Amino acid sequence: MFANTDLQHLLLGRLTLEDIPFHEPILQVTFAGVAIGGIAVLAAITYFRFWGPLWRDWLTSVDHKKIGIMYVVLALVMLLRGFADALLMRSQQAIAFGANEGYLPPHHYDQIFTAHGVIMIFFVAMPFVTGLMNYVVPLQIGARDVAFPFLNNFSFWMTVSGAVTIMISLFVGEFARTGWLAYPPLSGADMSPGVGVDYYIWGLQIAGIGTTLSGINLVATIVKMRAPGMSMMKLPIFTWTSLCTNVLIVAAFPILGAVLVLLTLDRYVGTHFFTNDLGGNPMMYFNLIWIWGHPEVYILILPAFGVFSEVTSAFCGKRLFGYTSMVYATVVITILSYLVWLHHFFTMGSGASVNSFFGITTMIISIPTGAKIFNWLFTMYRGRIRFDVPMLWTVSFMVTFVIGGMTGVLLAVPPADFVLHNSLFLIAHFHNVIIGGVLFGMFAGVNYWFPKAFGFRLDEFWGKVSFWFWTIGFYVAFMPLYVLGLMGVTRRAQHFDDPSLQPWFVVAAIGAGLIALGIGAMIVQFAVSIKNREKLRDVTGDPWQGRTLEWATSSPPPDYNFAFTPVVHGLDAWWEMKARGFQRPISGYKPIHMPKNTATGVILGAISIAFSFAMIWYIWWLAALAFVATLVVAIGHTFNYNRDFYIPADTVARTEQRRTEALAARV
Amino acid sequence: MFSFRRRAKPADGSRTVSLPCGPETRAALAMERRFVAMTADRSLRARAGAGSARRILRSLVLLPLFGLLAGCNLVVMQPSGDIAMQQRNLVLASTGLMLLIIVPVIVLTLLFAWRYRASNTAARHDPDWDHSTGLEVVIWTAPLMIIIALGALTWISTHTLDPFRPLSRIEPGKPVAANVKPLEVQVVALDWKWLFFYPEYNVATVNELAAPVNRPIQFKITASSVMNAFYVPALAGMIYAMPGMQTQLHAVINKAGEYEGLSSHYSGSGFSRMTFKFHGLEGDGFDQWVAKVKQQGSDLTRDAYLELERPSERVPVTYYSSFADGLFDKIVGMCAVPGKMCMHEMMAIDAKGGAGKESRENAERLQYDNRHTQRGDEPPGATTPASHRAPKSESPDADKTHEGSGQGHSAPDQTNN
Repeated sequence: MFANTDLQHLLLGRLTLEDIPFHEPILQVTFAGVAIGGIAVLAAITYFRFWGPLWRDWLTSVDHKKIGIMYVVLALVMLLRGFADALLMRSQQAIAFGANEGYLPPHHYDQIFTAHGVIMIFFVAMPFVTGLMNYVVPLQIGARDVAFPFLNNFSFWMTVSGAVTIMISLFVGEFARTGWLAYPPLSGADMSPGVGVDYYIWGLQIAGIGTTLSGINLVATIVKMRAPGMSMMKLPIFTWTSLCTNVLIVAAFPILGAVLVLLTLDRYVGTHFFTNDLGGNPMMYFNLIWIWGHPEVYILILPAFGVFSEVTSAFCGKRLFGYTSMVYATVVITILSYLVWLHHFFTMGSGASVNSFFGITTMIISIPTGAKIFNWLFTMYRGRIRFDVPMLWTVSFMVTFVIGGMTGVLLAVPPADFVLHNSLFLIAHFHNVIIGGVLFGMFAGVNYWFPKAFGFRLDEFWGKVSFWFWTIGFYVAFMPLYVLGLMGVTRRAQHFDDPSLQPWFVVAAIGAGLIALGIGAMIVQFAVSIKNREKLRDVTGDPWQGRTLEWATSSPPPDYNFAFTPVVHGLDAWWEMKARGFQRPISGYKPIHMPKNTATGVILGAISIAFSFAMIWYIWWLAALAFVATLVVAIGHTFNYNRDFYIPADTVARTEQRRTEALAARV
Repeated sequence: MFSFRRRAKPADGSRTVSLPCGPETRAALAMERRFVAMTADRSLRARAGAGSARRILRSLVLLPLFGLLAGCNLVVMQPSGDIAMQQRNLVLASTGLMLLIIVPVIVLTLLFAWRYRASNTAARHDPDWDHSTGLEVVIWTAPLMIIIALGALTWISTHTLDPFRPLSRIEPGKPVAANVKPLEVQVVALDWKWLFFYPEYNVATVNELAAPVNRPIQFKITASSVMNAFYVPALAGMIYAMPGMQTQLHAVINKAGEYEGLSSHYSGSGFSRMTFKFHGLEGDGFDQWVAKVKQQGSDLTRDAYLELERPSERVPVTYYSSFADGLFDKIVGMCAVPGKMCMHEMMAIDAKGGAGKESRENAERLQYDNRHTQRGDEPPGATTPASHRAPKSESPDADKTHEGSGQGHSAPDQTNN
């Protein structure tokens, strides 16, 4: 159709029709599915006349609660994509033995495992964590929003842009075939020409900007916007872990940004930071990426620890055991997480003293982590444990996570790492802590705070179904990988020669199938809960006998969160207010100062997608245009002085009156 | 349904039995018995004394965990080289140390979860109990003690098992004799096969490695284009193979047999098939093997190497009866291609303060990564539109195909062209 003319080259860069995988059946089906699903969603939005509210109340919203919910929705959507990749890998490895090549050639398989890692870490775990922190932290500290509401909206849309950029690679061109950290020299311009690594670079760079900014935002929020009386040692533990996580984000993500910039320069302008040529050194990339990468692990797990702390004390009806030691443990983990990065490449040949230093610092992290586990344990001791869904996830986490922690410490012993590194044992280990720690924590958090966000609980039965499928599925899927690792099987293999390995891979694939059922049950849980929302309704705003301030307000909270800023006198502020017979004030409202919604974040996000797409495909005119547009819109936004408003006192009074009536009607 | 065979076949007759190792295996009890027998067997051969007694004890502690798996070829747990065996023992010792705390935690979690369930009104409820100095001391000290023990173990073992450190013993109680010179093997990870040089014998092989039993081996390891990791699980832990750099590994094989070797660091599409066999040879077996290589092989000239170095997959075992002088050093120095500047040359210039503006003339000679593209080979991580195939597919693009790319291109012959 198009001859390879100069004009085409000028307009479309290196993009041609041949770069779209029309012929590939897996992608045809996926595309059909995405297209049908997408059209159905668009049709539904149109049918229910939801476009206006969607734009006004959600996409342009600067309300931390709405943004938090959108983050979690993003995480759940991307979980489906990342998990689809996992199913493809598990099924390929279950059949590709001997003469059987499986159904995924290396060219496709390698992209799938790269995409799986990138998506699960950056676009599932990160948005999940950020979403929960966004929703909960301002409520827990009695604030009306985050410190920089517009920045929050902008951060979210940058994360979405990164996710969209990565998703485009599914249907236009190819994704990287380098593994999720894109190690050079393999990821360099000479070894990985083409768009794959460029999709990786730009997707992560843009999402990374969003994450860094949201980290700054939440640090400022926690440091500056706590309710009066809430000193640092009265912070709810989830807020403490969020603070530490965001400090880690602020300190670590710029390193990721910098190392990606260096790789970008290597690939686009011919520098040689990480190539073999002209004195470049790939080992430097390993160091830099893991100086970000290891704190990243704690960025993910700390908020999950926070969730478990909240859930344990709420569902045991008991104060959290050892609050102070919990706080110190969190801070110690935060600091130590910067001193361990080299344990990801003991096998690179550093000297024995260097290796043992990093091995021992890694082990030391298990001391505060162990203290945390004991603190949860002794919170349960002499408690009165209600096994609602969040608590089930917590108990399952405690058992699963210590196993993952143990294999982690094992991998921290350098000579042991020499035989286990890059093996399926390692894969089993980090899924053990990321699924058993982070993901279980996020699911506990979603079940715990869902009634706060929507005013009705999630269905208990389907929640339990999902819980059991996930937990059992996890063990069935990953315990065989520990065994395979001990059989000397390495990761990222698309094919195996030894047929005696096959049964283990078959079992692992069955486990993945069970997890699929767990995800399915979770979707059913949402659907059933929405259908039965009247039956599951909670008007008290405090369905679990909560202890922290977010349960003091209505569910869902009003836009302004609290009509009066609460005054805090101790730990477990809401618990103490209840104990002292707190009466909700029902008069004397004042106008409330609030930030105004803005479309700038959405627009900048859309321009960023255009920019990264143009950079990836060398469409220079579009890249230049998009870059200039970014500057114009960003500078233009600084001239927008119409960015705040007051909720009049009588509107507040009406809202609070409705709550008073709802509470009275309940009794 | 599946056929099971142990992968390594040690000469020791009692161990060549075919064993099932799938989940649908024989009773766990029988395996445990076998495991005990094996442990005892191994201990008998090991030096008598406290060491082996401790090992038996340790194995007994871990029986429930490993008993189930004893029938499998858990090569990492049952290696045949002394270094890998020490690493295995370290894995077991560390696991045992950690189980001291992990098991009570798991048991207590389940116990407390059951005992303090809300429906059990008999259990004491103490809603304001949130601190106990005694308990706090215990929960910080107990992990600390274990980490101190493990840390000491780590410091010592990391130094004694440093892959760069020449061996001091062949087996427990058998130090390396003073007059024994280690067998030097120079290893090159190519896209996607392994090249082994034996400078002492002036032979080289592709995808086959051999060494005499109980003679220390010194591996010098590098790579030609991207990173890999050199790993023979039965022999010793892995170490990265990196272009332009040389890592080392010292190891020894104690039992004759055929073992698996592989690349354990992802390196592109041929990675899964980058495997080789490692032969531990007894008696004069190794000399015979060298003679066979001499007899069947051809000369690995620099040109033949450059042809061999091009990406290829599933490369059959190839022998070379001789190789060009200093070829391995040139590979490490990234100057096997004629005209390129060797690393040591560049470093010498830099050490003298650099060549200033004139160094620009050297730029071309220091470009190394562009070989694939210049020769028309598909680079190892190429994606569309730079790969030679349709997106997400193995089928080569009609217009972009040419020889030398992709799978099925087997190792070129050792021709001097």
